[in-house]
Amino acid sequence: MGGAGPGAADEHRPVTVVPGAVPRRQLCFAWGPAEVLVCETLFGRTGEGAPSTSRVFVVRRDQDIYIQTLRKLFNESHGIFMGLQRSEEELAGKSRKAQLVQVSKNYRSVIRACMEDMHQAAISTRDPALQGQYSTQVSILSAMELIWNLCEILFVEAAAAGPLLLRLLDWVRLHVCDVDSMVREVLSSENPSKHKLFWNVVDIFVLQGRMDEARHLLSKEASANPTSMNMYKILDDLMKKMPVPSLGNTQTLTELELKWQHWHEECQRYLQDGTFASNPHMESICKILLGDEDAILEKKELMTTWYHFLVTRLLYSHPTVKPMELRFYAQSSMDLFLGGESSPEPLDMILMAAFEFEMHQVIKECSIVLSNWWFVAHLTDLLDHCKLLQSHNLYFGSNMREFLLLEYASGLFSHHSLWQLGVDYFDHCPQYGRVYLELHIERIPLSTEQKALKVLRICEQRQMHEQVRSICKIMAMKALRNNRLGSALSWSIRAKDAAFATLISDRFLKDYCERGCFSDLDLIDNLGPSMLLSDRLTFLGKYREFHRLYGEKRFPEAARLLLTLMTAHIAPCSFWMTLLTDALPLLEQKEVIFSAEQTYELMRCLEDLTAGNPDKQKFQDDDVETTKVEMLRLALARNLARVIVKEGTVEGS
Amino acid sequence: HGDVSAKFCSRRSADALRPLPPRLQSPDVFATDNRISIWSSGDLGNAGLNGEYHGEPRLLCDIQHNGDVMDMQTLSANHRWEKAHYHVDQDTSCGGAACTGVVCSNPEIVTVGEDGRINLFRADQKDAVRTIDNADSSTLHAVTFLRTTEILTVNSIGQLKIWDLRHQRNEPSQIFSLAGDRVPLHCVDRHPNQQHIVATGGQDGMLSIWDIRQGTMPVSLLNAHEAEMWEVHFHPSDPDHLFTCSEDGSLWHWDASTNVSEKPSFLHQGGRSTAYLSHSTINQSVVSAWLSNDPTKDRMEITNLIPNQTLSVNSLDVLGPCLVYGTDTEAIYVNRQLFA
Repeated sequence: MGGAGPGAADEHRPVTVVPGAVPRRQLCFAWGPAEVLVCETLFGRTGEGAPSTSRVFVVRRDQDIYIQTLRKLFNESHGIFMGLQRSEEELAGKSRKAQLVQVSKNYRSVIRACMEDMHQAAISTRDPALQGQYSTQVSILSAMELIWNLCEILFVEAAAAGPLLLRLLDWVRLHVCDVDSMVREVLSSENPSKHKLFWNVVDIFVLQGRMDEARHLLSKEASANPTSMNMYKILDDLMKKMPVPSLGNTQTLTELELKWQHWHEECQRYLQDGTFASNPHMESICKILLGDEDAILEKKELMTTWYHFLVTRLLYSHPTVKPMELRFYAQSSMDLFLGGESSPEPLDMILMAAFEFEMHQVIKECSIVLSNWWFVAHLTDLLDHCKLLQSHNLYFGSNMREFLLLEYASGLFSHHSLWQLGVDYFDHCPQYGRVYLELHIERIPLSTEQKALKVLRICEQRQMHEQVRSICKIMAMKALRNNRLGSALSWSIRAKDAAFATLISDRFLKDYCERGCFSDLDLIDNLGPSMLLSDRLTFLGKYREFHRLYGEKRFPEAARLLLTLMTAHIAPCSFWMTLLTDALPLLEQKEVIFSAEQTYELMRCLEDLTAGNPDKQKFQDDDVETTKVEMLRLALARNLARVIVKEGTVEGS
Repeated sequence: HGDVSAKFCSRRSADALRPLPPRLQSPDVFATDNRISIWSSGDLGNAGLNGEYHGEPRLLCDIQHNGDVMDMQTLSANHRWEKAHYHVDQDTSCGGAACTGVVCSNPEIVTVGEDGRINLFRADQKDAVRTIDNADSSTLHAVTFLRTTEILTVNSIGQLKIWDLRHQRNEPSQIFSLAGDRVPLHCVDRHPNQQHIVATGGQDGMLSIWDIRQGTMPVSLLNAHEAEMWEVHFHPSDPDHLFTCSEDGSLWHWDASTNVSEKPSFLHQGGRSTAYLSHSTINQSVVSAWLSNDPTKDRMEITNLIPNQTLSVNSLDVLGPCLVYGTDTEAIYVNRQLFA
């Protein structure tokens, strides 16, 4: 299976072993919308007569959608996505930016919530394989949040020089290295300043710019060690006075730089005077305050990552760093930190691309590394809303945002329940979304009627008439095969499918002819206006009505109806014989029912029927048929005789 | 608006939710998707200062279930009846039909399904007590008890049928249908106190109120949702209140209590939008607000309880001040201060 992402190089091509397939057998395959079907084949091979198992393998790339705990991620992020698409575009400037930052924060909190759940799952499961899987997922989610947070600072919020550093400090404090457990250990011991990790904790506080906490700990050292009281006071004072950027507009960058320069020179003086010479720990802290790279690098183990090193460097050497200057510091930080011993990991490359403001590179690298499209699709969509992505034309014409959303949503469709989320994503892909939706929606397995109804509703709302017809036909056919004629009719009505309604009516009529009575009277008697959907259906309804009238002994009305059925050509020709046969008992009644007019009409119908039949030979050979015709002719003649007499003698009628 | 706590349960939710009987302090909830789970929506005893409870529903226990769960009732028995609904042949694997509705009145259980079959079970008996094959030529979507020996069913050709279980014949004792197009009916509920008042919801989102003592057509037709109405429920102790939920993602609270006319005409309460509707009726009837027809005096207040609707609300249930509903975004929502 090859790598992913637009225009990715094919260097990484992991081999997937199909479990259960016998080695050295040949496999054939076919692509599906989200998976590959693979099966064994004997194509081209001779001699190996051993029978192979008749199995078809479904090979899927994206397993993540089946992880229970990730479903929450997909569902909640769907809500955030929809909110973003619907949000006010008219808001401009600051309020729009604040809105977008809030959306970004929402996404991140969803990732964190998911991470928490996954972590709980990992510690509560007893299966080591599952535990491994969950732990891996936790670290992946953690990396995703790290990257997203950085993108939020640099791209969405686009923090300017000053606040930029503060945000980066927050980022580092939140994500890099686990300080809290160390801190707890030290603070809860009897004599914190004597704890072996004491200076580590102080150092990390300083490295992360957490001055107040560092000073608090240092005060414990000072009270335990009165001889270093002087040194402590000076250091404490320096740390207290350190100028940092502020979030509000209380000072300009120039003011800050000036103050900082003064402060830096003061620290320099104290160091050169040898004030801290007797205490190597404090001396190293002072050097860190001065932004001495070697001093900071000594604390490599504490910082654990090159980007922590980067932020610390910036804090102590260039707090007013501008966004565009980050790339130089980032590159050199990584080089210094890794020092040629180890090579950068994918995560490092992604973060580096972010510091270099290469958004496309970030997305591309993430696509390659991550196993599903969730992250890149949502991040790209957000960046697109920030109007940061130029339309980067891919070779098949759509833009990157749409490409990623389409891929993500397609992946959702292979899930029995998450496909509903996919629909909304397709809706917001203006170019190809509809086409993709049309193709995918027809392939959803319709296991229950309720699912079919949901799919239909989606199609109807989007005027996808072809799909509506197709789905209704499938459901109607299924119902018909299971002998659920009422259900089948209900589906035909929904699709306004006259042809199918005709099919169903023919089925009813066939049943009637075979059994001599109607099945499903509750349906036929209550057709209502849906009767008009097809002529055959109308006939069915009227024919049943005829039987009802006959049963209620309303003979004249029944007779009239029967005649209309034939003369108005509502009845199909094949049924005329049955209708005429139904007329027999009416003709045989003691009382004369059919008028002369009507009788002539009946005779005409009978003649049309017998004359019009080209296969006269066959017709005449069939004894039952000939007898019927003769009986009819006789009955009609007798009726005619009686009615002529009746109409001739009764006065005024 | 009322204090709603939500939980994403990573399940296709709630094709069925039922609170357990009120001897428990707080209503518990079932939510399902191929698993039948019991959740606790929390102890009322832990309410904060203002009586607000902020907490997610907690999972108490669950079991695996093959296939989608369409409906649920509570009973204290423990039994499985397999293959109760099927097309044509009970034993082929593709012959199974979905069971769409179940109702129980201890110890009897009635189920209906896509196969048009009605089954009657007793909690202590292994086999079905009675089966009415081909009771309906179309799919039966829901069932509820009318009296202890009579049930109501609705089907996909828009018919409401009453079946008398004392009679041995396999025919409904009465059939009601909508006038107009045979729009499928998806849900049915009976007024808790006045057994002749029945509400049904259809595929076009229309709410129909029927008086089964008279006529074969509905008393009121109320244009409600824009898509299928999946469930309708009268409030069990306060039946002037009715709740409906739909595929269009909304959940409506219909308030027909007569003191409504004292309130000002448009209310906006923190995110809820409220509209008044005077319903037109056909029949003159007494007593219930649902059947009366004075348009100036009896105005009904209708409120959409979901501020940001996205996907379908599949199921709801209500008990006391507590409303529970589940959506297709795989989340359950609990509103514990319905009438606040």
